[in-house]
Amino acid sequence: MDYLDNFILIALPYIALTVFLVGTIYCYTNRKFQISSLSSEFLEGKRLFYGSVPFHWGIVVVFFGHLTAFLLPKGVLAWNSQPVRLMILEITAFIFAISMLVGLVNLVIRRYTTARLKPVTNYMDLVVYILLIIQTVAGLWIAYNFRWGSSWFSTLLTPYLYSIFKLSPDTTAVALLPWPVKLHIAGAYIIIGLIPFSRLMHMLVYPLNYLWRPYQQVIWNWDRKKVRNRRTPWSLQRPKNN
Amino acid sequence: MDVRSQIAMVFHLDKCIGCHTCSIACKNIWTDRKGAEYMWWNNVETKPGTGYPSKWEDQEIYKGGWEKRNGKIHLKGAGKRRGLVNIFYNPNLPVIDDYYEPFTYKYLDLIESPEGDDQPTARPVSLITGKPIDIKMGPNWDDDLSGTPDYARQDPNMKNISPEEQEVMFQLEKMAFFYLPRICNHCLNPACVASCPSGAIYKRGEDGIVLINQQVCRAWRMCVTACPYKKSYFNWHTGKSEKCILCYPRIESGLAPACMHSCVGRIRYLGVLLYDASRIEEAASADEKDLVKSQLDIILDPFDEEVIRSAKENGVADSTLHAAQASPIYKFVKQWGLALPLHPEFRTLPMLFYIPPLLPVMATVKKTDTSIEVEKKTPMAKKWNNDWIYDTSTEELWGKLHQIRFPLKYIASLFSAGDEEVIKDVWKKLMAVRIHRRRVTVGDVSNEKAEGTLSDAGITAEMADAIYALTSLPKFEERFVIPAAHREQAIEMMDFTGDTKGSAGFGFKSAVKRGV
Repeated sequence: MDYLDNFILIALPYIALTVFLVGTIYCYTNRKFQISSLSSEFLEGKRLFYGSVPFHWGIVVVFFGHLTAFLLPKGVLAWNSQPVRLMILEITAFIFAISMLVGLVNLVIRRYTTARLKPVTNYMDLVVYILLIIQTVAGLWIAYNFRWGSSWFSTLLTPYLYSIFKLSPDTTAVALLPWPVKLHIAGAYIIIGLIPFSRLMHMLVYPLNYLWRPYQQVIWNWDRKKVRNRRTPWSLQRPKNN
Repeated sequence: MDVRSQIAMVFHLDKCIGCHTCSIACKNIWTDRKGAEYMWWNNVETKPGTGYPSKWEDQEIYKGGWEKRNGKIHLKGAGKRRGLVNIFYNPNLPVIDDYYEPFTYKYLDLIESPEGDDQPTARPVSLITGKPIDIKMGPNWDDDLSGTPDYARQDPNMKNISPEEQEVMFQLEKMAFFYLPRICNHCLNPACVASCPSGAIYKRGEDGIVLINQQVCRAWRMCVTACPYKKSYFNWHTGKSEKCILCYPRIESGLAPACMHSCVGRIRYLGVLLYDASRIEEAASADEKDLVKSQLDIILDPFDEEVIRSAKENGVADSTLHAAQASPIYKFVKQWGLALPLHPEFRTLPMLFYIPPLLPVMATVKKTDTSIEVEKKTPMAKKWNNDWIYDTSTEELWGKLHQIRFPLKYIASLFSAGDEEVIKDVWKKLMAVRIHRRRVTVGDVSNEKAEGTLSDAGITAEMADAIYALTSLPKFEERFVIPAAHREQAIEMMDFTGDTKGSAGFGFKSAVKRGV
């Protein structure tokens, strides 16, 4: 088991993070046209609601839950110091995880039973679905059987993840965790590594910029005030829109 | 004053014969691709009718355009809050069935089928799934009022027309319709630009053409909802939105857009308008009844010294100013006041204007004695025993505006946010031009009557002649006054020419370096 543990807990994260970083930066700079949420709502717009909405809100809450435990472990532990608050946190997370699973199952059924969606489905979509289902079921299993995840994540996993980022991986505590947890960890790394190769790429381009940009956008291909001035040197800068 | 130039258009609906040549020209150049088969950046609808996509004008369904709440305008179905919350599922998105499922026929079956007892047939197959389908709808399924109960009576513009009036419209003997060719309006206050979360859609400063950057579009689909004219389309294959680009590569090289160039009825005009960009929001926020006026108000007079001065300060080229002065659009829209925006109540300030159709020409039918003419004919000639003539020159003609076959209300709901007076003004002018020209060419109209109608419509005889000339006799260069794009600068819209200068010559986009 040591080899497998070392692979999952040490080699895999570095492979995944490297692939993720290099891949996403390469895609964003060279393959921009291919980055898209690849929405299929246009071809099937009714059943999507029962899949996409519960799945996305579920995964958003669950993802930010994990992120909070990673960034603010002390805060989570302090919150969990009272049983009622712990229960609120765990039950909320569990409900959103269920919502995610329900949405995911609906999405899979919808995609493979609608004839029109076949032309816009590829093998990578299937891989993503399988991985996400395994990951969600494993997560729910862990949450139900190994209580209370929010607390032991903050005490066990957060130091381990920090050690990964500090480039001195320390797996002594994590290696003792039961196999479903390791499966969940391995699944997470594989999903991160797959982001640049799959439709998951769209989560990195959530349009937050829309919040503060003005509604209307006008692009001038050259500086319209300078272009008529004959003292302006020719072609000062690149056009902005390509 | 922030003077900018805008490529604007006028479509003369009385001249449209509904041949769809424009649509085909556009389709062949731009949308004959996988995922874009269903898109018609240019389409021609029969009015009354539900249009394409079905009932696009009904914003209770599609939530397009802007609406005024508490004195300010907001996007009706998109915007910062709604757009980002509904990003996982857009409840107001039209789906493929609202347009039509694209199809082709298995033509090869006609040739390659084995010998048998039956004639081989070419079955229709879906261009999405490739499977045989029953075709249920097409892009112009209701052409020429076909399927009237299903289509024409469902027209959203019928909302304010009483059932009796509707009955009259659809009586076979009285039935009337006209064609409405539509492309992207390249609006001054575009809802698609405002709704795009990624910021992929933008208005080009130099000529006002609205474009979607395919590299930045992320398929959040808000533009499809936000455009009240449904002229932003989702390409289901590439996962990107696409729209009419006003053939900008042609415009930059001085050619008319393909749809306009190919127009058989020569209904289309294109030219430059100067407008005051600092007053866009104010114009779009006007009260509904003032919208047409407020939109026309921000269009500036290209002969005005003050306008020319601030245009030059803003970097508008001299050639563009000259084009603005010769612009057929300025004449139709501002000087003559004949052309109106389509559905101004959507508040996007569209830059495509329509001259409403007279529909049909107002006339009376009267009985005449044709016996003398019949007797003159040879025994072989066909003798029509029809004593009724369609008379467009009678005295009663002028009083019949309210009795026109097509309810004024219907045209008003299309072109003036329901204000019938605006349409009446335009119609009066159009009729006055006809009566005046009839006096000149046929001579059976008295001078007093012609002068009376002209002064009633508020135009002079010279103006009427100019309207007639630009309507009926315009040459290509008069219909399309396209400013020089300044080729040297137009190239720089796409590429930085300095990159390859002094390098390996033509053909490379990246700098040429030696191999390792």
